[in-house]
Amino acid sequence: MRPFALEMADTPAAATNYATQSAGTYLAGGTVLLDLMKLDVIEPQTLVDINALADTYGAIEADDDGITLGALVRMAEAERHPAIRRDYPVIRDALWQAASPQLRNMASLGGNVLQRTRCSYFRDVSWPECNKRAPGSGCAAIGGNNRRLAVLGVSDHCIASYPGDFANALVALGAEVGLRSADGSERRVPFEDLHRLPGDTPEMETNLVPGELITAFHVPAGPWTRRSLYRKVRDRTSYDFALASAVVALHLEDGVVAAARIGLGGVAATPWRAHEAEAALTGRPLDEAAAEHAAEAAFAGAVTHGGNDFKPELGRRTLVRALLEAAAMEVLP
Amino acid sequence: MTIQGPIRPQPFSRIGKPTPRIDGAAKVTGRALYPSDESVPHAAHAFLVTSPIARGRVAGFDLGDARAVPGFLDFLCHENVGGQAKPPKQMAGGETTTTMESDRIWHDGQIIGVVLADSFEAAREAAFKVRIQTEAEPPSATFGSAGTTEEQREDEQKEDFAVGDAEMALAAAPVMLDAWYETPTQHHNAIELFTTTCAWNGRQLTIWEPSQFVYGLRGNVAQQLGIEPADIRVVSKFVGGAFGSKGGATARTAWIAIAARRLGRPVKLVATRDQGFTIATYRAETRHHLRLGANGEGRLTAVSHEGWEVTSRPSFYNVSGTETTARMYAAPNILTRVAVVHADRNTPGFMRAPPEQPYMFPLECAMDELAARLGIDPIELRRRNEPARDPVTGLAFSGRHLMTCFDRGAAEFGWNRRNAQPASMRDGDWLVGLGCAASTYTANIAASTARVTLRPDGQAQVRLAGHDIGTGAYTVVAITAADRLGLPVGQVTVEMGDTEYPPAALAAGSSHTASITHAVVRACDALLAQIATAATASNAGAFAGREPATLSLRDGHLVAPDDSSESLADAVGRISAGAVEAYAENVPDGMPADAIGKLYQGQLPILRGQKRVDMTAYSFGAQFVEVRIHARTREIRVPRMLGAFSAGTILNPTTARSQLMGGMIWGLGSALLEKTEIDQRAARYTNDNIAEYHIAVNADVRRVDVMMLPEPDGAVNPLGIKGIGELGIVGVNAAVANAVFHATGQRVRRLPIRIEDLL
Ligand SMILES: Cc1cc2nc3c(=O)[nH]c(=O)nc-3n(C[C@H](O)[C@H](O)[C@H](O)COP(=O)(O)OP(=O)(O)OC[C@H]3O[C@@H](n4cnc5c(N)ncnc54)[C@H](O)[C@@H]3O)c2cc1C
Repeated sequence: MRPFALEMADTPAAATNYATQSAGTYLAGGTVLLDLMKLDVIEPQTLVDINALADTYGAIEADDDGITLGALVRMAEAERHPAIRRDYPVIRDALWQAASPQLRNMASLGGNVLQRTRCSYFRDVSWPECNKRAPGSGCAAIGGNNRRLAVLGVSDHCIASYPGDFANALVALGAEVGLRSADGSERRVPFEDLHRLPGDTPEMETNLVPGELITAFHVPAGPWTRRSLYRKVRDRTSYDFALASAVVALHLEDGVVAAARIGLGGVAATPWRAHEAEAALTGRPLDEAAAEHAAEAAFAGAVTHGGNDFKPELGRRTLVRALLEAAAMEVLP
Repeated sequence: MTIQGPIRPQPFSRIGKPTPRIDGAAKVTGRALYPSDESVPHAAHAFLVTSPIARGRVAGFDLGDARAVPGFLDFLCHENVGGQAKPPKQMAGGETTTTMESDRIWHDGQIIGVVLADSFEAAREAAFKVRIQTEAEPPSATFGSAGTTEEQREDEQKEDFAVGDAEMALAAAPVMLDAWYETPTQHHNAIELFTTTCAWNGRQLTIWEPSQFVYGLRGNVAQQLGIEPADIRVVSKFVGGAFGSKGGATARTAWIAIAARRLGRPVKLVATRDQGFTIATYRAETRHHLRLGANGEGRLTAVSHEGWEVTSRPSFYNVSGTETTARMYAAPNILTRVAVVHADRNTPGFMRAPPEQPYMFPLECAMDELAARLGIDPIELRRRNEPARDPVTGLAFSGRHLMTCFDRGAAEFGWNRRNAQPASMRDGDWLVGLGCAASTYTANIAASTARVTLRPDGQAQVRLAGHDIGTGAYTVVAITAADRLGLPVGQVTVEMGDTEYPPAALAAGSSHTASITHAVVRACDALLAQIATAATASNAGAFAGREPATLSLRDGHLVAPDDSSESLADAVGRISAGAVEAYAENVPDGMPADAIGKLYQGQLPILRGQKRVDMTAYSFGAQFVEVRIHARTREIRVPRMLGAFSAGTILNPTTARSQLMGGMIWGLGSALLEKTEIDQRAARYTNDNIAEYHIAVNADVRRVDVMMLPEPDGAVNPLGIKGIGELGIVGVNAAVANAVFHATGQRVRRLPIRIEDLL
């Protein structure tokens, strides 16, 4: 860890000013940031502590149009919220199965969606090759230990997986992310546009403008949100990242899929929405054959590298399981 | 005083009763000081610089940026201190890899430099800023990598067996099972990291370091630095998990001592989690070729077990669990062989049940496979092959109650509800499988010493350089002394983990309790002899003129067989108003007379259950596991485990249960989760942290039942103690694999068993 300056931001304007003028990095729960600083993977000069902004960005508000989650809501708070439990069970599922209770008490939703890959070659600076950490140096994971790495959205430059859970729910449910920039202006963009595919610039992970602050996530209401769940498959029963996971939200009419929202985790370079799978299901009765057809579509573009050869198959099975379980859910009218 | 007569039998009164840990409150309130908690004034902090390549040499260091870090003090490497220490002697395997003695790089993560600074943070920052120049050569990672060399193990400590003609018997066997098995690299990952604090006071060096053998560490560091053992004190009062990793000396200690001498101030090192993977030892990956020949009734005609183990370039360290597997079942023809494969890796070492954990896996899977092939219940197959005597030596077993463990365990577990047909049991979306396997571990005992003092007010104190590595050793010492001195446990204080006290053996190999309690009993008996002699020699008092050997200590009194008694105040006070003290040594029968001399020098005189000339001594157990495997996504979960164990005298059922249960839980993690991943190209560990190196968490561990079957075994040693530290882990891996087979019909012969093995 290197020496750094710590600025305490007590207003949104102060936060974005520090971030822009001193090239500061936002500090929320710190569970990603401090970890990577100790490992010497990142060396920010200035940290801007935004925890005092919880007054402004720390609320959960639900109405008929949807639900808004402030960026400084802690994971543990969101998972306990009655509106989320009742109307967006997939969000609760994705949160409580993440990390550990201690981490979820610290971790903010804003920090959560920006968590970095767990790729061993990224996290250990003694590996010279990592295009994400040292652009142009190569990718040690290709040809190395890549059991946990991605099969969707990868490139020849990087096969890192996006490790998080919650963001897969956001992307599938068509959420928007609220942003505030240094000049005080605010904008909303589709969550799906927040993260970037690695391509030949895996070091650029998001489309955020330098200094931009995430303020909130807006999840639209829809007839599918109550029939929604998150199925996470992992080695360990708890405290483990997904080997494969699936977000499923269904609007069924007489057993026929009127609309489906599908996300995938543990298998892709970014939070992943499986549009092809959604399209494959729409208008069909949800049975095993339809679920398998959708799963085939979801993984049609998978690229594997040895250690993760099993992932497309596991990913398909996970999605099939999630679809059938969601169809069987007892849902309040 | 040394008493080497027989230990006087005495009915146990406190032994065997559940007793809470006497150090429990200190541990849960943070008052227990682990070695790195010791506040040493004005200490400098060390941070290790380790090699980023697995083979080659250090070409130089660029220290420009590191020196500029405020608080930077010094940098040690082969160039400036290399000649000042010799490598530590290994307890097994001969030569080992060097560290800063030269520019040579033997393995990834080898210590090649030490940064010293005023604070931990500055030391770490400077260490990251040291630029290392290396000349790399292509390394060999593991089995099958180019450049590895294989040799038949040459090791005076280990034996191969050729009983009868196994090849011929296999060729002629009506039923033959021939299979290959693999176990992975594993690291201990104790929660307490590898720490060392060193301080000099003139010629005197004090080392605070978690250790399973403080005299061993002292002797080793003395040899490394060329100083007298008597000038070194090692302190290790509490150990936050060791499992073998803190048994032998590692290279770091001598370098930290040298650093402290150079700086003229104490130095503290807390190595990081990832460094722990390469600066200490680990369980190496193994391969096995197992062949069983049997007749149609399932009686074994031949057992052949060949093993391969990875080790470092210079070491021939191996665990050779074939010494145990050859003795498990009655077979007239037995063949065992072990080879080591040298790769560019750090030297492996002891890890919980070093030989049995990896070697019982193939044997106990193979027995299950044979049972399935023959259509015989796996427990029945073992019954048919239960040997009357040690199949290798023909010696009698000192208590072998394996089938009692299976039968009692099976009844409790509900084994009879198992449908023998694989893939036949199901609960909703979950496939259900039940599996079992045998456990065993050698009953070992080492020479040890102890000092006991007793005051007229009935307060006793026991001192010995023993080790409580979380096992409950403090408590069993207190129970033993209380039992022998006729006192409540609360009146006994125990001091251990310090070379200021008389030496105790290494806390490993399930031998520590047997080793230290016998010494404690002898010291208590010596103390009683002093009191009794004084009482009978006195002209006054209840016992004047009686035979001292008839007296004993009970309920705070010195008592005679006719129940006449005298208070301790009188009996002890007669000799001293302060305290009576006795020191004693225990050299187990069958051990050379110079054992105690060796122990004082930090060597380990140990009598192993499979090397005894009077008997073959093992403890036994039966492991039962239920698995549930999701029919579609194949997660493997373990709702219940049961172990039934027969391990001689259980001194304290409370801590014994924890020990056995901990072993079983580790066995579960070891079967399904634990594996150190190695980058095959670079010969480097990639998941060297406990976020990625998985051990079981609470949610993985559901019901765990531990049955401790009473087993009086007066033959193994006077107190009948066989040891329980390792027994709990052995066989769980096979029981899990057997249960997975039962659930799915899929036989996985490589650990850990993972989702992708079952897709
Ligand atoms: C051992 C371990 C296991 C874990 N397991 C899981 C798991 O199973 N599933 C899972 O989903 N996650 C898991 N996590 C990740 C965990 O959820 C994240 O660490 C946490 O959510 C990050 O939140 P934070 O507030 O601590 O982020 P911080 O560390 O404070 O910040 C993370 C990043 O986001 C930036 N940032 C934070 N807030 C904002 C904002 N408002 N606007 C712009 N930028 C911002 C920071 O600058 C930083 O770059 C695990 C973490 C650990 C350490």
